[in-house]
Amino acid sequence: MLAVQQPTSVPENAPEHCPGTESELAGKSAACAGCPNQDVCASGTTKGPDPALPLVRERMTQVKRKILVLSGKGGVGKSTFAAQLGWAFASDPDVQTGILDVDICGPSIPTILGIASEQVHTSAVGWSPIYVQDNLGAMSVGFMLPSPKDAVMWRGPKKNGLITQFLKDVDWGTLDYLVVDTPPGTSDEHLSIVQLLKESGIDGAVLITTPQEVALQDVAREIDFCRKVGVPVLGLVENMAGFVCPNCKGESQIFRPTTGGAARLAKEMGVELLGSVPLDPRIGKSADYGVSFLEEYPDSPGTTAYLGIIERTCLRCRLA
Amino acid sequence: MAVSQDTPISRRLSHIKHIIIVCSGKGGVGKSSVATQLALSLYTSSPNVRVGILDIDLTGPSIPRMLGVDGHGVHQSSDGWVPVYADASDARLACMSVGFLLKKKSDSVVWRGPKKNAMIRQFLGDVRWGELDYLVIDTPPGTSDEHLSLLEHLSPARDRISAVIVTTPQAVALIDAMKCLSFTRAVNLPVLGIVENMSGYVCPCCGEVSNVFSTGGGQEMARKEGVPFLGALPVDTELVALLDAGEAMRGEGSGSEIPDGEFGLVKRYQGTPSARLFGNVVNVWEDLPPRS
Repeated sequence: MLAVQQPTSVPENAPEHCPGTESELAGKSAACAGCPNQDVCASGTTKGPDPALPLVRERMTQVKRKILVLSGKGGVGKSTFAAQLGWAFASDPDVQTGILDVDICGPSIPTILGIASEQVHTSAVGWSPIYVQDNLGAMSVGFMLPSPKDAVMWRGPKKNGLITQFLKDVDWGTLDYLVVDTPPGTSDEHLSIVQLLKESGIDGAVLITTPQEVALQDVAREIDFCRKVGVPVLGLVENMAGFVCPNCKGESQIFRPTTGGAARLAKEMGVELLGSVPLDPRIGKSADYGVSFLEEYPDSPGTTAYLGIIERTCLRCRLA
Repeated sequence: MAVSQDTPISRRLSHIKHIIIVCSGKGGVGKSSVATQLALSLYTSSPNVRVGILDIDLTGPSIPRMLGVDGHGVHQSSDGWVPVYADASDARLACMSVGFLLKKKSDSVVWRGPKKNAMIRQFLGDVRWGELDYLVIDTPPGTSDEHLSLLEHLSPARDRISAVIVTTPQAVALIDAMKCLSFTRAVNLPVLGIVENMSGYVCPCCGEVSNVFSTGGGQEMARKEGVPFLGALPVDTELVALLDAGEAMRGEGSGSEIPDGEFGLVKRYQGTPSARLFGNVVNVWEDLPPRS
């Protein structure tokens, strides 16, 4: 079903030509000779669906809407947008929101939400999310590292294991929105989250880009990915779109849309352009200090742009 | 590990004098742009130097666009894959990226670790780089499959590898850059220094310097961690436009001041403010002792 290179189920320490644990040939091919797990594979128990799936489904029955924040390119503002989206949802005290950070190697959500020093607690019902406010919880690998300096040097299977745990073990309670922040690219993390949430249904993905062609190319690939795996694209957000000099108020384009920017890409790929956010140094500063830009600078053009985009995202989400 | 073993990769690597890995925990901080600038600056450092640039960002390759060789294909020869030469007939700037292997630019590469590992092995073992003075390797963000595989495969050339870490000055990026530095320490990869990118922006109307993404963070990190600081590069819109539209500008080459057949990109690059600043960064490698 997924247009993915087979096999997807080759363990990290598998022999060279391992057919994959879910393959018909598992335990039977020539490469399996001598592998310590040959008997397990040959017995057929590895071919069934992932045993975590029913548990994930169980947890996710309590989550009304699941939104992915994606971008092929790094550093375009995925985490910042995910955090603003979370804050905007949570501004309504009756709405419960969760933010899940599946960027395992570079988690930014803890810093952006201002909860970087927190640690995860485990209870009988699962891992408790870290709460920014009563109705806004977050989960990230950043809460599990002894020091923020520590690198997570994991290959795919380990990252997938943690993402599975995030989805089945985190005690979110009842949520109106679960915003999933992802790493750049189209690889293990993305495949895992999509496969694990397939049954519970993903409402859609918001794609973030910056105006220059190098970023647009990566985002075009991400749209292609969404189509391959069947995730609806809610729309495209153009970030860092123009810079207003605080001194002379003149606007200039730092990341020049040499090829037409996000508007052209949206048109070409047939997706909606949800809006453009100007490049405002205060947005980055708010993220560094872990405060909500929307609340700190309610009158700035950036806030107006964000709120418009978030409104359109919700609208698209309800229609989807 | 098996350093003395004769493998396709060790045979190829034996013809490469220096290997420079450009990395950063964070995405979008300018790894590819720094890798490209590094390659161009090394290229111009001497008329006979041969430079290779390998893009192992498999799910988001940017190097082909930046070098203006978007849409080129890779040819197979009896001695392996022929890299794409960005300087055409001179053939001193070789380039290889997964971008050259895609049918359409918008095709996504949806691969898990093992497949990525195999691709990197092919890039190192099957590409006919020939004799190279420098091989610049551009990496994806993070510290995961690509990085671990790369270092594993490069082990026959252990003594010739060094890394440069790129970061932007804001705290969110520095945390990830720090993770990257921890990674290089864990795998014993010597770090030649930290480059602080997007450090300040000069308003084209009034000349006021705005610290769009704060400033000084990279320098501070270098000082604290005892790693050389290679320099701060401000946001250079000329460079952004140059690297973004490499192909288009090259296509129009016949009408402009750059004659056909010459490597226009490098000429234009030398005219940007970044090129002058980058000159200092490159000196670090030129001072390295030569290796056979």
